[in-house]
Amino acid sequence: MSIVKEAPKKNGFLAGTANYVDERVGAAGILKEFGRKIFPDHWSFMLGEVAMYSFFVLLLSGTFLTFFYDPSMAMVRYDGVYAPLKDSLMSKAYETSLNITFEVRGGLLMRQVHHWSALLFVAAAGLHMLRVFFTGAFRKPRELNWVVGFVLFILSMAAGFTGYSLPDDLLSGNGLRIIDGMIKGVPFIGTNISSLLFGGEFPGHVVIGRLYALHIMLIPALILVFLAVHLFMLIIHKHTHYSGPGKSDTNIVGYPLMPVYVAKAGGFFFIVFGVIMVISTFFTINPIWNYGGYDPSPVSAGTQPDWYIGWLDGALRLAPTGLEFMIGDYTVSMNILLPLVISLVFLGLVAIYPFIENWVTGDKREHHALDRPRNAPTRTAIGATGVTFYAVLWAGASTDLIATHFKMNLNQVLLAMQISLILLPIAAFYITKRVCLALQRKDKEIAIHGRESGRIVRLPHGEYIEVHEPLDPYDLYKLVDYKDYKPTLARPNAQGKITVGARVRASLSKFYFQDRITPATQAEIAEATHHNAELEAQVQKAIESGK
Amino acid sequence: MTENSKEVELQSSAINSEHEYDGGLRVANLDAVKDPGLEPHRVRMTDKSVKHEKAAVRQVSLLFAVSMIGSAFALWAYFTFPLSENLSTVRLNTLYLGVGMTLGLMGIGIGAVHWAKTLMPDNEVSEERHLTRGSDEKRAAAIEILNAANQESGFTRRKLIRRTLYGSLALFPLPGIILLADLGPNPGDSLRHTFWKKGTRLAKDPTGIEIKASDITIGSVFQIIPSGLNPENKEYLEEKAKAAVLLVRVDPSELNETEERKGWSYQGIVAYSKICTHVGCPVALYEQQTHHLLCPCHQSTFDLVNGCKVIFGPAARPLPQLPITVDSEGYLIAQSDFLEPVGPSFWDRSVKS
Repeated sequence: MSIVKEAPKKNGFLAGTANYVDERVGAAGILKEFGRKIFPDHWSFMLGEVAMYSFFVLLLSGTFLTFFYDPSMAMVRYDGVYAPLKDSLMSKAYETSLNITFEVRGGLLMRQVHHWSALLFVAAAGLHMLRVFFTGAFRKPRELNWVVGFVLFILSMAAGFTGYSLPDDLLSGNGLRIIDGMIKGVPFIGTNISSLLFGGEFPGHVVIGRLYALHIMLIPALILVFLAVHLFMLIIHKHTHYSGPGKSDTNIVGYPLMPVYVAKAGGFFFIVFGVIMVISTFFTINPIWNYGGYDPSPVSAGTQPDWYIGWLDGALRLAPTGLEFMIGDYTVSMNILLPLVISLVFLGLVAIYPFIENWVTGDKREHHALDRPRNAPTRTAIGATGVTFYAVLWAGASTDLIATHFKMNLNQVLLAMQISLILLPIAAFYITKRVCLALQRKDKEIAIHGRESGRIVRLPHGEYIEVHEPLDPYDLYKLVDYKDYKPTLARPNAQGKITVGARVRASLSKFYFQDRITPATQAEIAEATHHNAELEAQVQKAIESGK
Repeated sequence: MTENSKEVELQSSAINSEHEYDGGLRVANLDAVKDPGLEPHRVRMTDKSVKHEKAAVRQVSLLFAVSMIGSAFALWAYFTFPLSENLSTVRLNTLYLGVGMTLGLMGIGIGAVHWAKTLMPDNEVSEERHLTRGSDEKRAAAIEILNAANQESGFTRRKLIRRTLYGSLALFPLPGIILLADLGPNPGDSLRHTFWKKGTRLAKDPTGIEIKASDITIGSVFQIIPSGLNPENKEYLEEKAKAAVLLVRVDPSELNETEERKGWSYQGIVAYSKICTHVGCPVALYEQQTHHLLCPCHQSTFDLVNGCKVIFGPAARPLPQLPITVDSEGYLIAQSDFLEPVGPSFWDRSVKS
């Protein structure tokens, strides 16, 4: 019992410190409450962790960068060590970004750590959202936390874009130019908003400083606040776990926070940081020295925003020619407004999805056991539709690179994208739903008839059969443990009226659940088991008589 | 209430949770397969054999040692690879510093996780959940507090106070919002004018060297800014963002000019705004054979010989043309400013001010 031997003496330093802290902040109560809290284990639960840890890395590396960076748009002649840009005219912001890169030890490394972790931050947050969506983790009581997470995702994109613009290089300057052009396209107030943002005409002398204030102060503060709310709700709800044997909506199965999760999650922070570090060591990101400072006249071919803005840029590109029209003397830039509206509607649907599904199912119970995606075929298909829609927009931001890399006609690539934007999501819906239903049928088949044993037997009357073996109860339970919903009819309310809401809900419930596959019941399994046993007896008898 | 009795209360409410809420369209499966309970625990090698346990202890310590070495290596690299005028030093500095820091981080991370996975108990524990909502007693207590607060303040009783409070809360942010109005001036007609004036000579970007018609051969293309616009101008980038022009000379027989624009070109030399009418990127790519101008941002394509009308992409309007001619010394000059606002569309761009 070495632990006892090493335990601190009553008046030792450790006990003294513990006593000191407890008497001042009540640490013992906190530790008692949270120290052995149970957390379920699954690789997919680490996606949100990756996002959070990337954010911490962003705070660390970003703070380092602020020590050397100057968000000024004052024009200077470059006098640093990077010879190709010697004496060229650039903003102080771009000059200090170059100086971090070439004249601060570890500066390039930290710039790349910051950029890579930003890319990872948005990616992990997005994947975390998809995990939550496809497993149904957004259901009651977590709908509001889904919305908080959604806000975090938007904030992560905002943080990314404002940071992307700060080096004031040619590429990011063109990004701002596009933002300016989009804002100007907004009816009535566009030019005024643009003037407020840029402090006059584009590009002006203030926008970098303003974006800097947003990027290092307001947006990270908001992210911290929403992250705190996100985690607070996580503690209130406790984490979800995957359904399966021993796991239900009324319990939580996993390992205790101390010591297992302190080690695992704490260690995982270092792994995430380490992975970001190794990528940043070996892979260049955003080589601003190649672009030069911002100048409104030049631009390089193949311009691309950072990946998470790609879908918005793609939406702009896919707008067909000739959408702009006039009302009297006034210009309505539908070629800008339509992509903007479509993107906002898409985001809006993402934000409110939990409430839609809850309204359709009417299921007011708390859900803590996660669905396998196949066991909610319509939801999974809706998710696949959204992912495909996003993916086509995203690919749309690379039409020019696709055309040049694959030696195709740019115009045809774009046309293909426009068609894909409408057709592929629909196809994704049907394919995904069919695949889910097929998987459910397969699961039900295996649950009822058991596992194919690979043993082929010929019966005395000549029939060949494959012997099926029953599953062990744990594997069986994994296949049958899911919630089953059935469509409803539009019923009259207390006044005897069938409301429009009831009709919509009825047809949505049909849309969701009309193809449902019910979980295998005990009776079905017992019947099949009985049948298998009879066959087995027949087989044994045949073997006996053949001897 | 003791801690123990609290646990019992939570557990009972957790068990009741299935009965308290409407399941909606959910189908109760009365003949559902029974939950067999948690799967039996699988014993790890490190639990079974002292040899494996000791090996795991060594591995974890080794990983932590790797971390120490990595961090020390990074410190060493910081001083060993200083930066100089020679740019390869940036590569070495990044490489060795990064490798050291990676090892320093990964050693700790993998070590801690390995420790947890091999040596810490891996028995899954099951705990009851309780409903998120407060118990009825808690709710009653909360309502009591709200009622007391309401009684004591008279919030619902004293309507006048309540309504004036709403009013004041609604109005107080307005001054704060109006303060933002000075973020930028009213754009006025700034978007309708550029640096070009009657007689402004065309100059090459970025050198500012003025250009003669005789300098331009058929098929060549020049980035143009107005002569006199140079970095010493206070609004250099703002003016350049509106005044940038692309100058191209084509065979005059290939130009299809409208009647009113017949005099805007000079012997096949045409000048068009370089700022895309979509969202304002520079239309930087010129295809010499087809006379197409392409914007690299969103692929709007303009037909140079047909008044730069849009033939592909999201842009809606042709690029504005700058009317040009030559002066007595043979230099290309602007006949006037652009006759319409350049760059991205905006709401009242066609309204005559």
